[in-house]
Amino acid sequence: MAADTPVEYIKHHLTNLTYGKLPGGYERADGSVVEEATWTFARTGQEAADMGFMAFHVDTLGWSIAMGVLFLGLFRFVANKATTGTPGGLQNAVEMTFEFVQGIVRDVFHGKNPLVAPLALTIFVWILLMNTLKLIPVDYIPSIAHALGLEYFKIVPTTDPNGTFGISIGVFLLILFYSFKIKGVGGFAKELSFNPFNHWSLVPFNLVLEILALIIKPISLALRLFGNMYAGEVVFILIALLPLWIQWTLNVPWAIFHILVVTLQAFIFTTLTVVYLSAAHEDH
Amino acid sequence: MNINLTLIGQSIAFAIFVWFCVKYVWPPITAAMAERQKKIADGLSAADRASLDLELAQQKASKELQKAKEESAALIDQANKRAAQIVEASKDDARKEGEKLLEQARAEIQQERVQARDALRAEVATLAVAGAEKILETSVDAKAHSEMLEKLAAEL
Repeated sequence: MAADTPVEYIKHHLTNLTYGKLPGGYERADGSVVEEATWTFARTGQEAADMGFMAFHVDTLGWSIAMGVLFLGLFRFVANKATTGTPGGLQNAVEMTFEFVQGIVRDVFHGKNPLVAPLALTIFVWILLMNTLKLIPVDYIPSIAHALGLEYFKIVPTTDPNGTFGISIGVFLLILFYSFKIKGVGGFAKELSFNPFNHWSLVPFNLVLEILALIIKPISLALRLFGNMYAGEVVFILIALLPLWIQWTLNVPWAIFHILVVTLQAFIFTTLTVVYLSAAHEDH
Repeated sequence: MNINLTLIGQSIAFAIFVWFCVKYVWPPITAAMAERQKKIADGLSAADRASLDLELAQQKASKELQKAKEESAALIDQANKRAAQIVEASKDDARKEGEKLLEQARAEIQQERVQARDALRAEVATLAVAGAEKILETSVDAKAHSEMLEKLAAEL
């Protein structure tokens, strides 16, 4: 692993496995020059940055999809075997999750939309699973990946802003969709124009305020989750830099604390999504 | 921390997961849960009904028992009365029978007495004739004196 100094170690652990397009004439880290624009794995953080938008974080996508498939596979498995009699342990656990999410939706969401509850369930369990990956010791999987020849490997998708923004943008699109659908274009425009100050002379001011408020929603969703997870991850990496014999004194409490954070962040993301969608469904 | 195509990939994955959940995960599990809820509610109400039924049945049973007790008491009473009647009747019968027997016996005795007297009468005549013969040492014309002797016997 290219981790000689603590700074490098940290940087290394915070860099994603990036597969992207290097522009033509780019000088790579080892001094070689790419003649034409090529798709390749980034060998350094700098290369990954220089790939710009045309790049994929393979680890983020891979792990998030793996977690999504795990979630859906498990739940689908239970759904297929779901009995109306006495449920087994797994079905019980799944049903508890269902009831938890249904509780959130029932408390917060007042409209009628069959999409919202499954959406909330997907968000909750998916984010929970992705967050939980953080409890795996920071060096385990990157070491395995390194042994397989992958220079960078970051397994927690929610410590990647792409991961969290990907979800929050999806939520944002749903907010826009339902706002337009339920309120109509005119109604939505009216809501944006005459809130919070109901006077025609303040329409431009209202518009700026409301549109900002609208755009802030997905950003705050994504950044809150990302910030919490990223900060936790950095602390785990810092603890991993300590001498081996003392690590557990910090590692264990931090991990236990993170069981709370992991669940809490998934819960907050879910609840806020439902709140935002509920607001989108309110027709004045 | 570069923003790149991952963002879009993640959004697509998210959309697919939500779609799958809406279509294949949510409905069967909620259906199963709702059905179980209904089952439990039904079971509870059935239990309530059953306990009510039980109470009613107990009430009915105790009522029946009471009725049966009363009936049996009446029956015993009746039987006692009937038995007393029968005993009384049989006593009566026995007395009558006894009287009848006594009467019969008396009649028989009477008859026998009459018969004996008749027989005695017949004998007396003969004996008297024989006695007279002895006394007179002569034969007596039985025919001539039979009329007189019969008169004598009739006086006995």
